[in-house]
Amino acid sequence: MSVTNPVSTRTTPALDAERIRQDFPILQREVHGKPLVYLDNGASAQRPACVIDAEGDCYRQYYANIHRGVHMLSQESTRAFEAVRGKAAGLLNAASEREIVFTRGTTESINLVAQSHVRPMLQPGDEILITGMEHHSNIVPWQLICEYTGAKLVVVPFSDAGELSLEDVASRITSRTRFISVMQVSNALGTINPAREIVQLARRHGLTILLDGAQAAPHMPVDVQDLDCDFYVFSAHKLYGPTGVGVLYGKYDLLKAMPPWQGGGDMIRSVTFERTEFAEPPARFEAGTPNIGGVIGLGAAIDYFQALDPAAVLAHETDLLRYAEAQMADIPGLRIIGTAADKAGILSFVMEDAHPHDIGTILDADGIAIRAGHHCAQPVMQRYGVPATARASFAAYNTRAEVDALIASLHKVHDLFGR
Amino acid sequence: MTDLADLYQAVILDHNRAPRNFRRIEPPRSRALAHNPVCGDTVEIFLRVADGRVKDLAFLGDSCAVATASASLLTELLKGRSTDTVRTICRQFEAVLSGDAEAGILPESLQPMARVLHFPGRVQCARLAVQAVDQALHASRL
Ligand SMILES: Cc1ncc(COP(=O)(O)O)c(C=O)c1O
Repeated sequence: MSVTNPVSTRTTPALDAERIRQDFPILQREVHGKPLVYLDNGASAQRPACVIDAEGDCYRQYYANIHRGVHMLSQESTRAFEAVRGKAAGLLNAASEREIVFTRGTTESINLVAQSHVRPMLQPGDEILITGMEHHSNIVPWQLICEYTGAKLVVVPFSDAGELSLEDVASRITSRTRFISVMQVSNALGTINPAREIVQLARRHGLTILLDGAQAAPHMPVDVQDLDCDFYVFSAHKLYGPTGVGVLYGKYDLLKAMPPWQGGGDMIRSVTFERTEFAEPPARFEAGTPNIGGVIGLGAAIDYFQALDPAAVLAHETDLLRYAEAQMADIPGLRIIGTAADKAGILSFVMEDAHPHDIGTILDADGIAIRAGHHCAQPVMQRYGVPATARASFAAYNTRAEVDALIASLHKVHDLFGR
Repeated sequence: MTDLADLYQAVILDHNRAPRNFRRIEPPRSRALAHNPVCGDTVEIFLRVADGRVKDLAFLGDSCAVATASASLLTELLKGRSTDTVRTICRQFEAVLSGDAEAGILPESLQPMARVLHFPGRVQCARLAVQAVDQALHASRL
């Protein structure tokens, strides 16, 4: 079987989800006596054995602090750690691995750009442009620097379907706009935003732009050179990797012009009490001992994800999305929140008589893990006038049979709560 | 193993479907808002005290069945009682929800709420209303 991949026109072989499932030890477990159906991948994905082993092997076989030892273990750890920079550059098609900064996650990556690239150029009255669908981590860091500098946040609205229009973005770029930060894929709505076109708008106005790839990089091919974005960020834990690790991609010339954000060991060239010379990027932005085992785990996760083929992952998750949507149409009172034409494998929904929290509990009793809540996107909830939504989000290891289990359980919710 | 029927008992489904005292008290003499940061749910309690009694007690909030039923049962039980009794029942309810006391100490109508203890993720939902009543009562004395 093969499916046509919407990203490139070449044909992508379909994923063998049943075989992929064998790689994830946790998927063997039961929850409340039922096989686990894990559909909370938008919050965090599970890890394949190769990632768990890579991190474990580091600790068992060659762990030491990096960048500072003449001894064997330190050299081996440093080599393994630094190799991941190349893997991350490969994943994103960055021009150079010097453009890859390791952070604690998407949140820290965005804060780094806010503090180090954007804050120094802000004057009172300047504007930072974001969209109304951003995750709190792409709202609050900008509010913080606005507070310090007197700049203000300008928010691009979106349609009922959950789509941005380029006209709406363009019309909010003014002579005071200094920076744009936009999510590539919405965690609350599933919308795939026209990131490339928004970057082109930024280019036309001479602005720099960040793309939040937290929900994109784990689910589709990403090419930062083709996107032409200045910064791109994602978290390892949503890409089958460890928690506490993230990536900031930045164009090298921009990184080079940025002051350090945090000071400490590993980010300096020389220190005296009079004067400190900072290291070149990426080291300049990696103060202190990093999550060494975690970064090495990320390397294994990237290898694993690349071997699955990101285009095939997207096609597989899109198939699950369409399959689930079709069956949800038959559940009385169920409303899907986020109906963009271009969507990733994220299904946010509400039910007329059942609160998302209750939906979550009833599904949990059937071993089905979904998210119920505001998804760290309270402005999106306000936009739709709901306190929260239930959200099923897919990964490469999910199957149509799991979607069937989800749908059966949602019918139970309706039977219990429907009037 | 969790038994859903334990959580979604008929009485809880009924109070969720048709919550009692689900309104605002105008003008609000005293009110308090309890918020569950995990899910964003809120329960807002309105309270009117006179002559040492809770003369009127009502709530609003777009919340889950557990939070709604808890608020509905609680307002129904407490309305008209002396502020001392209200405080005592609130303290007992909190103690039961914290696992520090047996459900048997509660007035009968509240006892079904204690089953929420089998669903640790949902205990805070049951607690919202009692927390807000407590705060509103406190505010009424200020
Ligand atoms: C779109 C988006 N941005 C940012 C984040 C924050 O990621 P992290 O918590 O890993 O820093 C998330 C995670 O939920 C997300 O979905």
